[in-house]
Amino acid sequence: MSATVSFMLNGKPVTVASPRDRMLVWVLRDELGLTGTKVGCEAGLCGACTVLVDFEAVPSCSTTLADVAGKTVLTIEGLAVDGKLNPVQEAFKDHHAFQCGYCTSGMIMAAWAFLKKKPKATRTEIVEAMEGNLCRCGAHVRILEAVESAGKAMGGGR
Amino acid sequence: MRRRDFLQGVTAGALTFFFTTPVGSAPIVPTRPGAYPEDFNAYLKVSADGRVGCFVGKVELGQGAMTVLAMLVAEELELDPAQVDMCLGDTDLCPWDMPTGGSLTMWHTAPVLRGAAAEARAVLLRMASKTLGAPVADLTLKDGAIWVKASPARRTTFGELVKGRKMERHLGKVKPKPLSDCTVIGRRVPRKDALAKITGAAKYAGDLRFPGTLHACILRPPAHGLTLATADTAAAERIPGVRIVRDGTLLAVLHPQPDTARKALALVKGTFEGTEPDVDDVRIYQYLVDKAAPGQRVVISRGDLAAGEKRAATVVEGEYRNAYESHATLEPHTSVAKWEEGRMTVWASTQSPFVFREAVAEALKLGPDKVRIIAQFVGGGFGGKLVGPGAVEAARIARQVPGVPIQVAWNREEDLFLDTYRPAAVVKLRSGLDAGRGAITFWDSTVAGVSQGEAELSYDMQATRYQAPAVPGLHPLKAGAWRAPNAHTNAFARESQLDALAAKAGVDPVTLRRRLITDARLLRLLDLAVETFGWEPAPGPTGRGIGLACGAWRQGLVVAVAQVAVDKTTGKVRTERFLEAVDVGLVVNPDGARQQVEGAITMCIGQALSEEIRFKGGRILDKNFDTYLLPRFSAIPRIEVVFADNATMVTQGIGEPPVVPVAAALANAVFDATGARVTHVPFTPERVLEALKRVPAK
Repeated sequence: MSATVSFMLNGKPVTVASPRDRMLVWVLRDELGLTGTKVGCEAGLCGACTVLVDFEAVPSCSTTLADVAGKTVLTIEGLAVDGKLNPVQEAFKDHHAFQCGYCTSGMIMAAWAFLKKKPKATRTEIVEAMEGNLCRCGAHVRILEAVESAGKAMGGGR
Repeated sequence: MRRRDFLQGVTAGALTFFFTTPVGSAPIVPTRPGAYPEDFNAYLKVSADGRVGCFVGKVELGQGAMTVLAMLVAEELELDPAQVDMCLGDTDLCPWDMPTGGSLTMWHTAPVLRGAAAEARAVLLRMASKTLGAPVADLTLKDGAIWVKASPARRTTFGELVKGRKMERHLGKVKPKPLSDCTVIGRRVPRKDALAKITGAAKYAGDLRFPGTLHACILRPPAHGLTLATADTAAAERIPGVRIVRDGTLLAVLHPQPDTARKALALVKGTFEGTEPDVDDVRIYQYLVDKAAPGQRVVISRGDLAAGEKRAATVVEGEYRNAYESHATLEPHTSVAKWEEGRMTVWASTQSPFVFREAVAEALKLGPDKVRIIAQFVGGGFGGKLVGPGAVEAARIARQVPGVPIQVAWNREEDLFLDTYRPAAVVKLRSGLDAGRGAITFWDSTVAGVSQGEAELSYDMQATRYQAPAVPGLHPLKAGAWRAPNAHTNAFARESQLDALAAKAGVDPVTLRRRLITDARLLRLLDLAVETFGWEPAPGPTGRGIGLACGAWRQGLVVAVAQVAVDKTTGKVRTERFLEAVDVGLVVNPDGARQQVEGAITMCIGQALSEEIRFKGGRILDKNFDTYLLPRFSAIPRIEVVFADNATMVTQGIGEPPVVPVAAALANAVFDATGARVTHVPFTPERVLEALKRVPAK
């Protein structure tokens, strides 16, 4: 089963020698040292491990290495470029849209994937987009505000 | 800023401090369990470059300890909180402290830290006075510099004065600045953990990547009450790189890759022995009542109950229950342990570094000085990480593989199985209201499953009796502290019962509470809550779906108002609006306090409506978030928070209080909407439908 798989990771090509059926979250965290992507349920139920594959938000605990062969993967570590935070990160920072922070990477990735497609979203649409991501501390109200304000900053002012 | 600098900046502000001490070196701070050090140097250090380091034995769980404690130091030393580097929860570097729980940080630790910072300020000013040749009264300080007010060129800095050394001079108790001079307290301050958390740079225990780490997955019994008898590890050992470690009934499969360790564990065939408890999530309530009955004793008693009952015009009898509930922190329990040079170091996801130190030392028969716990960023606690079985497991395994870092990261199933749940409980109440509908003539309360903690609130009651059992090992499952332990169970019962009395007597529930409340502070808070919400007095049920409840944690007071919509065909409750008015004395970090209240409301919407651990014997049936239902975004109402203006009262802490009345306010709102009284937390759609069936037809 072991083979090399190549894909684009945070804008750079990478090649990983690992079983093709290995879940992406372990490859990211253990092979590539990108621990910003968190493990919460290992069943695609909590969203803590959300990354973008070809700009779609997916749970990396349920996405195999083979699934990303030749594709583009974006993790939380790839969002800020040259020290400049992404608009969603900025909004999460300004709104204090987190507490313990364990869900935050997944939240930001899910929000970014959604806003890229639809910056002018309604509150209801944002709720639907974020429904798969759990937060235990109860930062939800701030997360919704942050996603709304990030949408505005991205030119989607309503 | 270059990216590398940016990321370094991120980690430097985190729990890992700017100077790291190698494992095995002498502790900087002699730790004295049970007492706070009196020397302010234990809490504060000025490095050679003038930055101020603050050392506290608390941890950052997301509740904002890192930010609010830095604010206190910044206030006294005239710094920006960003200029204070926080080192939390390292038992070698930080002075002893109680666990991070019980809303103790602001109530218990904060005055000590603020006092230490006030003394440090006075000492620095005296040192500067000597250096600059000017009396202290002529000096001023800001941002780490001290200068002569009249001639600012005559200046020095904290760094130049202290030169990285310990400050030898001591002045004893120095009064902190008066509130009127404070510029940091009460201000919105950026969270110190923000950058680390939004960039993914924040390190939790599972994110540590020490070279040579082995991931350990532990063979679990299928049920509580069972322990490992025999194990066949042959199939697992055929996987390259697998190592098996056994220590008594603990069997762990080790591998450099966490997922491979988990797969190898699945190949281990174990047999287990022991007896499962003979109870389940349906029979648990009668089980608790029966088992508690012989041990029931009166813990509070006032007045003559029988006489009180004779005076009552309205009598209500109620039984209130709540299920076991998990802490379900999003980060499961995780620890990394390493045995090196006769010392065990554990990097842990913990609320209680010093308790973990004792637990690890005891398990390994070591002196506590041979154990170091280093708390990382913790992905939620809520009482679930006050105890450390995972840390002990990691240490026991690490003891057998010297020099190898061992990571034990529970998966979700283990986390839900091994959690110390909020205890299931039954509260039986019988109480009466007089004909004038202004006095509780008697109140008789018996609990099983919890204590009578926070059962009383400042309501005038003519005769009361509170009974609670003294029965060790009452619970068939492991129960522990769950954010405001006992208080939410007792508040749910009390506030539901008061509402039931009000409804039966035909009086508005707020009016009844106003007549009963004896504490002016609670009365003011009630007024603040109803005025902000826009309460229109009317006896329930009004059909509006609005309910109110009061609660307390120590001197922290909360009044909650909920508005719900109930779907009478499905039984589904939707929270539309939730307000809390909160009085916790002086609010040091208003935005941080607000976050705690918002979070408590949100968390307890789950507690009230959906969260329940189902079990059969010792088997936990909820294994993941598909059946254990945390509130998701669609369940979140409009949330409003108002604080009482009470800056003259000592800060009480904010983690617990806002939890206390949430379920009660929601239950009272369901009654107001439907006339159905839900008495069993969580009030799932099935339980709401059952309650609706009991409503008498008009």
